[in-house]
Amino acid sequence: MPAHRDFAQAFRQGLGTGRLPPGLTAPAPEEAARRFAVYRNNVAHGLIQALRARFPAIERLVGPEFFAAMAREFIRACPPDGPILQRWGGAMPSFLQEFPPVRGLPYLADIARIEIARGQAYHAADAEPVPPEKLRAAALKAPDTMRLHLHPSVRILHLACPGGAIWAAQQPGGPPPPPPEDWGPQSVLIARRGWHEVTVTVLAASDAAFTEAILAGKSFAQAVRKAQETGKKFDPVSALSSLLQAGLITGETVIQEGDQGCPT
Amino acid sequence: MLPARPGIGFKPEHFPAIVQTRLDLGFLEVHAENYMGAGGLPHRMLTRLRQDHALSVHGVGLSIGGPDPLNEDHLARLRALCDRYQPESFSEHLAWASHGGEWMHDLLPLPYTGETLDIVCDHIDRVQEVLGRRMLLENPASYVLFEQSDIAETAFLAEVVRRTGCGLLLDINNVFVSCVNHRTDPRAYLADFPLEAVAEIHLAGHATEDLPSGPLLIDDHGAPVAEPVWALYAETVSKLGALPSLIEWDNDLPPFEDLMAEAARAGRILDALPQARHARAS
Amino acid sequence: MTKTDTALSLAAAITCAIAVSAPAHAAGDMEKCYGVALAGQNDCAAGPGTTCAGTSTMDYQGNSWKYVPAGTCVTMETPKGMGSLEAMDS
Repeated sequence: MPAHRDFAQAFRQGLGTGRLPPGLTAPAPEEAARRFAVYRNNVAHGLIQALRARFPAIERLVGPEFFAAMAREFIRACPPDGPILQRWGGAMPSFLQEFPPVRGLPYLADIARIEIARGQAYHAADAEPVPPEKLRAAALKAPDTMRLHLHPSVRILHLACPGGAIWAAQQPGGPPPPPPEDWGPQSVLIARRGWHEVTVTVLAASDAAFTEAILAGKSFAQAVRKAQETGKKFDPVSALSSLLQAGLITGETVIQEGDQGCPT
Repeated sequence: MLPARPGIGFKPEHFPAIVQTRLDLGFLEVHAENYMGAGGLPHRMLTRLRQDHALSVHGVGLSIGGPDPLNEDHLARLRALCDRYQPESFSEHLAWASHGGEWMHDLLPLPYTGETLDIVCDHIDRVQEVLGRRMLLENPASYVLFEQSDIAETAFLAEVVRRTGCGLLLDINNVFVSCVNHRTDPRAYLADFPLEAVAEIHLAGHATEDLPSGPLLIDDHGAPVAEPVWALYAETVSKLGALPSLIEWDNDLPPFEDLMAEAARAGRILDALPQARHARAS
Repeated sequence: MTKTDTALSLAAAITCAIAVSAPAHAAGDMEKCYGVALAGQNDCAAGPGTTCAGTSTMDYQGNSWKYVPAGTCVTMETPKGMGSLEAMDS
């Protein structure tokens, strides 16, 4: 009989309920519950601290006490499913959307998406910026079919609220939150510059469409067209220049005739 | 092999101090699971540190004492990490952390029985097979006992060593914490411990709470090493000779100098050993 | 605009962008990151590390469950009034 499996199951459940796993005791048996509480506390505290580290702007927005209480609910609903704590928390945006006490704060889910993307960008693979000379040569040779490669940390998020501005306002020394008249959907670019600097940049809809098309493997020319299709003002020089200055263009290839934008 | 000198647990906050000063430090220890991203600063820092220091990779996520089979994806990640950084040592814990696909992220205690002995040995065999190296297993800090345990912790560890050929990481603070909590004698525990398999020592601070029956110590790695732990350490290395000795400080991080002062104290104890005096004289 | 014109203007855009962009700098150094992070600035984003030590900070019982958020969201002006985007009469 697999007694250890039953034991682990009972121990796991007891961490939540406080019911002692079978056989658990102490030199003074009446203190067994207090001893077991050390583990209950270690697990809860460790996971709450992990969520604090992943979602600092959410914590500032709702306050530390509320955050800890909400974290306990999140831990119950979406416990870690792997041994790497950094990867846990992806369910936070949907949890926040469903969590009744924050129903009046729909932008929290957007902030959570930003904070998750920031963590992913921080740990993303390394890639060196492409040398400008190489890019220029490729542009002159195959301007129509050249495809740009972006740094693995680059992510575009489309947010229902001005999440980029709200996030920025939560940073120490950050700007004031957006005025009510500026509330509306917002797109942000999240990326890592160099080794560690993870940035959140609010993008115009046209710039977001441009970058997203590049991420999707479209040619530079197609990406420009995608940006123009948004109907918003688009300046390819400035869009490209921002990416170059941030060191986010890491390579270029020429798309062969016939496979433009088709998934392989 | 790690140098038989003091080492410290690496905290990113201390990175500037570590690379800016020439440290008298035997080795650095890192938690494996903090270096499992694809790139960025963590790997950049570890690569830089590896240039100057011996390295111990200390896992906290394998759940060696758990009923489930080891997570093969995680083993592969550990293998990749060890291949990349070639650490002098890899160690893990006699504890469990996951069950049924859910991870508690704490080092949870297990009863010591014939069944759990088989499980732990199978798991260690698998780790050593995948990593292609001998691992060290660390004794836990514990707060509870189990009626179903019919093997003493020291005998359990001795049998694991005999069956798997693994080494042991002796955490002397854990010995002290567990023995005080279980109202037993840490010297008796150490007398029964399979000391010949010990390849590294951990030292850390703990917190104290008061229960009606006496103190409850909590292994919080958030304080200087306690005096009785220093005494046990000195006695242990006087028997075993110098060993790689890690100062662990994970919570309420002190200024770097305070951490190094703890390492220096371990160094003085190692330097005062007869073997060390002999080595210096020759 | 003909296909050739488009291609030429794309090449021009790229050349122009390269000309106006200072070469990507190696953003800061590793040491600075942690100096800044310690001051509370949130630009490192490492996220949660491992837990392997115990704690005596009591955190497992939610005795003080507060149903009302109390952070900076309370003072933020939204299109629906202060703090909340929900109708105030609910």
